[in-house]
Amino acid sequence: MIKIDLNLFVTLSKYLPKDSDCFELSENTSVEKLILDLGIEQGIVKLIFVNGKKQDNRYILKNGDRLGLFPPVGGG
Amino acid sequence: MEKLKFKGRYDRNFNTLSIKEQKKLVSSKVVVIGLGGLGGGVSEILARAGVGHLTLIDGDSFEPSNLNRQLLSQENLMGVSKARAAKQRVNAINSEVNVDCFIEYLDATNMYDRIKHGDLVVDCLDTIDARFILQNAANRASIPVVSGAIAGMTGQVTSIFPGDMGYKLIYGEEAEKQSKGVETITGNLGCCALFVAALQSVEVLKILLKRKDILRNKLLIAELWTNTFEIVDLI
Repeated sequence: MIKIDLNLFVTLSKYLPKDSDCFELSENTSVEKLILDLGIEQGIVKLIFVNGKKQDNRYILKNGDRLGLFPPVGGG
Repeated sequence: MEKLKFKGRYDRNFNTLSIKEQKKLVSSKVVVIGLGGLGGGVSEILARAGVGHLTLIDGDSFEPSNLNRQLLSQENLMGVSKARAAKQRVNAINSEVNVDCFIEYLDATNMYDRIKHGDLVVDCLDTIDARFILQNAANRASIPVVSGAIAGMTGQVTSIFPGDMGYKLIYGEEAEKQSKGVETITGNLGCCALFVAALQSVEVLKILLKRKDILRNKLLIAELWTNTFEIVDLI
């Protein structure tokens, strides 16, 4: 198992699990798999970033990663 | 600048700005598209800073739901054009600023003509598809875009230069036809709108004055409830 710091923004925050800052998951888990496992509705995650850098949903999470999932924000 | 009607108007800009930089601002032309929560704040800040020419564009008029966050809105301005109110506000703050205002919504047919004479355009729009149209027009005009967007207590800021991928990196390849984001669920608050407007204004100054640390290919994300601030490398 590995632990990550999981950050879900705006409307995604309703999917935030307990202990999200040291969230436990299996090794070799992709971001795509995690999004599915958390039950986040399809297509709502527009921007994925890990340790401050944009990644795609195939990124394999590593122990200690800081993951952010961000929806489309367009208001003015 | 030597013949200011209000001598001392820019005194408190110094020495954060140099005299040379102030003169550069006075000779700069900035286009602000969208005069709601973001655009009202941006035009106010840029007028006070001394940007010499502002083109202010919005086809919308004020309604009561604007009053929670839009600096330009007032109870006695319901039904009044936002662009007209913005021009009056800027004229009242700083009559040294030349203001053009256009009461119109921009689309792919007129966006380029409205922005092409600017040194820079500030995206304060409230739909994602229009933001893509603006990026394309700014690319054609070879000018940078300073972009801000908000939803609830979350905001984002980036600067897009000609040739950059820009919004595709933020909203995805398929987003050009998407109109609204999650702000339709969260609404928008004044503290977040003005926070993002201030960050956009700083980006405008940095670009016009050729300073460092511009948010090019970077997205600043601010979540104000939790004091979370991230700068994401987009490439």
